[in-house]
Amino acid sequence: MAVDTAHPAGAVAGSGSPILPGALKDAFLTGLIALGLLGPLVGFETVVIDGALGLAYRPLVVAIMVGIIVAGRLILNLTVWSPNRPPKAQAGSSPVARGILAISPAFKPALLAFAVGFPFFATLMTGGLSESRYLIDLGILILTYVMLGWGLNIVVGLAGLLDLGYVAFYAVGAYTYALLATSAPVNDFFAAILGETFWANWAFWFCLPAAGAFAGLWGMILGFPVLRLRGDYLAIVTLAFGEIIRLVLINWVDFTGGGAGIASIPRATFFGIPFTAGEDGFAALFGLEFSPMHRLIFLYFVILALALITAFTTVRLRRLPVGRAWEALREDEIACRSLGLNTTNVKLSAFATGAMFGGFAGCFFAVRAGFVSPESFTFDISAMILAIVVLGGMGSQIGVAVAAAVMMGGMEMLRNLGFLKQIFGDGFDPSLYRMLLFGFAMVAIMIWKPRGLVSSRDPTIYLKEKKAVSGSLVKEGHG
Amino acid sequence: MSAAVTSSEPMLAVRGVKTFYGNIMALKGVDVDVHRGEIVTLIGSNGAGKSTLMMTIFGQPRAREGQILYEGRDITRMPTHEIAHLKIAQSPEGRRIFPRMTVFENLQMGASIDNFEHFDSDLERVFTLFPRLKERISQRGGTLSGGEQQMLAIGRALMSRPRLLMLDEPSLGLAPLIVKQIFDAIRELNRTEGLTVFLVEQNAFHALKLAHRGYVLVNGSVTMSGEGRELLERPEVRAAYLEGGRH
Repeated sequence: MAVDTAHPAGAVAGSGSPILPGALKDAFLTGLIALGLLGPLVGFETVVIDGALGLAYRPLVVAIMVGIIVAGRLILNLTVWSPNRPPKAQAGSSPVARGILAISPAFKPALLAFAVGFPFFATLMTGGLSESRYLIDLGILILTYVMLGWGLNIVVGLAGLLDLGYVAFYAVGAYTYALLATSAPVNDFFAAILGETFWANWAFWFCLPAAGAFAGLWGMILGFPVLRLRGDYLAIVTLAFGEIIRLVLINWVDFTGGGAGIASIPRATFFGIPFTAGEDGFAALFGLEFSPMHRLIFLYFVILALALITAFTTVRLRRLPVGRAWEALREDEIACRSLGLNTTNVKLSAFATGAMFGGFAGCFFAVRAGFVSPESFTFDISAMILAIVVLGGMGSQIGVAVAAAVMMGGMEMLRNLGFLKQIFGDGFDPSLYRMLLFGFAMVAIMIWKPRGLVSSRDPTIYLKEKKAVSGSLVKEGHG
Repeated sequence: MSAAVTSSEPMLAVRGVKTFYGNIMALKGVDVDVHRGEIVTLIGSNGAGKSTLMMTIFGQPRAREGQILYEGRDITRMPTHEIAHLKIAQSPEGRRIFPRMTVFENLQMGASIDNFEHFDSDLERVFTLFPRLKERISQRGGTLSGGEQQMLAIGRALMSRPRLLMLDEPSLGLAPLIVKQIFDAIRELNRTEGLTVFLVEQNAFHALKLAHRGYVLVNGSVTMSGEGRELLERPEVRAAYLEGGRH
C-alpha cells in the first residue's frame, strides 16, 4: 500500500492496488519470451535460391506476432486476470451449460438428420453434383474418423486400455480388402463359377466382413501378450505393434507390394451394380444421367451406415454384461476379478471388438481410395484417432462424433487461411500454420474441458429416472 | 453362539499356507478354519499378513506351499474369477468400488455371478440392510462418502448371493458410528440368514466382540486363537491390541 500513497495517480479505477505497472512488466517479459521463441522459429525461413538452400529473414512477421502477443497479454492482465475483478460465482451452472442441457435431447436426432441429409445440402449449397465433390469428400473423411473414433472408444473409453497402435487394425482391414480384391486366384475361382465380372463387382461386400474378422483376430493376437500390462506400458507395446504392422507392410514386398502399395483395387458397387457409364451401370439402370458423383454419394452413405452400426453396437454392448464388464475393468481390475469376471476374456473381447470396427473402416478406406500403401497407416493416424477420443470425452459417443467433426473439419478449414495474407503480407503461407493453430486448440480444450467435450456418462441402468452425472467430481479409476 | 460349529468339516480350511512376495515370506504356514454359519475374525497389526491371507485365499498371490480347501474342494491353484463363482464374495481392502459407475451399476456388477436370477429381491435385501444406498442409487460410486462406499462394497458382494462373505478391514478410515452400523449389519446377516463371514480387522475390540471365533496373526503366523470373547479377555491381546486403542 506504500505505492498507493506515493503515487495516488497510479491506482486504477478506485478500489484495489494499481495493476498497470505490473501488467506492463508482465507483458514486456512475455514479449521477450515470444521474441526468443519466435525469432528462430518464424524469423528464419529456408528458401531455395538458384538450386541452393538459403535463409530468408522475416523480421516484420516476427514483430507483428510479438506485438499481438504483448497486446493480448496486457489486455488479459488488465481485464480477465485482473485481481480487482470480482470472483465469478461458482454456484449453479452457467447459462451456456444450461442452454446446452436444454437442447441436448434434440441434439442427437438433429445431428443424425444432418448427417443423412448432408449430400443433398451439399449439392444444393454448391449448386451441382460435381461442385459438391469437395464437401462430400470431406464428409466421408469426417465420418471415417467418427467411425474410427467410435471403434477406439470401445478400447480406450470403455475398457480403459490405452491403445496407441489402433492404425494397425485400420491397415489390416485395408490390406485385407486390397489383397483379396486384387487376388488373381480368388478372381479365377469366382470367374469359373459365377461369371467373369462377379468378383470385381462383389469383392467389397464379401471382403467387408472378412476385413472386420481379420482385424478382430489381430486384435486378439495383440491382446494376448499385453494382458498383464496397463497404462503407460500397454501404450508403449501397442505403439510398437502399430509400427511393426507398418514395417511388415513395407518390407514384405512379395506379398504386400512394399512401399509402392497396391493400386487399381476394384471400386465399390451398388450391391453388384457398378457405377459406370455403360449399359449395365448404376446410372443407366436407375434412369439417371451418369455422374461420377453417384459413387461418391453412395460411399458417403456406406460409411455413414458403418459408423452408425458401430455406434449402435457399442450402445447395445454397454447394456450387456460384456459392455458393463469393460467399464468395470476400466475402473478397477482387482475388483473385477473378485466379482468373478474373467479379465482375460474381458480384455481380449474389448481389443477384438475395437479392432473389428477399425478393420471395417480400413476396408472402406481401401475401396474409397482405390489404392493402399503403408504411407497411409503411420502413427499420425493413431494419434489423431486417440486425440479425437480423448477430446470428445472418453466413453461418450456424441462427444467423439463432435470431436471428429471439429478436428477433421477444422483441419480442412485451416487450409483456407487466406485472410492471414492480409495481415502478414503476400509471402506468408497460411497452410504452414495449420498444426500450430491445431496445437493451440488442443491446449485450450485441455485447459477448459480437461475431460473432453462431453464428460458426463449415461448410466447403463437406472431406476425410474435417467440422470447423467458429471464426471468432474469423480477421480479416474486406478491406472 | 447357536449357529456356530455345527458341521465337523470346516467350510473354509487354510492348511499350512506359505505365501511369498519375492523372497520374503509373508505367511509362514497359517492354519485357519471357518465353519458354516460362523463369524470368524482375523486380527493383527499393520503388516502382519492379514490382507495377504485374504488375497491368498482368492488366489492372488498364490500360496507357494500349503492348501486351501473350500467345501472340501482344493482351490489353492484355481483362478480368482473361478473362486468367485464358488459363491465366495469378497469386499476387498480399500473397498475398490467402481468410482465412475453409479451405485446401481456397482450393485449390478455384483449380481453377474448369480446371472441376475434374484436381482430384484437381492437389491431389496441390500437396501433394507443399508437404506442409505437406496438414497444414493443414481449417484456415482466415487462421490459417496467413505462409509457409504464401504456399504456399497459389502452390498456389491452380497448381490452375488455368497455362502462365504470375506471382508477386508471394513472399518478402515470410518467414523465410529459408521463402523458400528456396518458391524451391526454383519451381525444381522449372520443371525437372520446364517451367512458365514470371514472378517479381517485391525479394530480388534469391535471385531472380537462381533465374532464367534478369532485368530491373532503376528508376523505371518497365527499366535493365538479361540472364541471371540475369550480372546478379548486375554491379557496379551488386551495389551497388544486394545489398551488405549478402545473406541
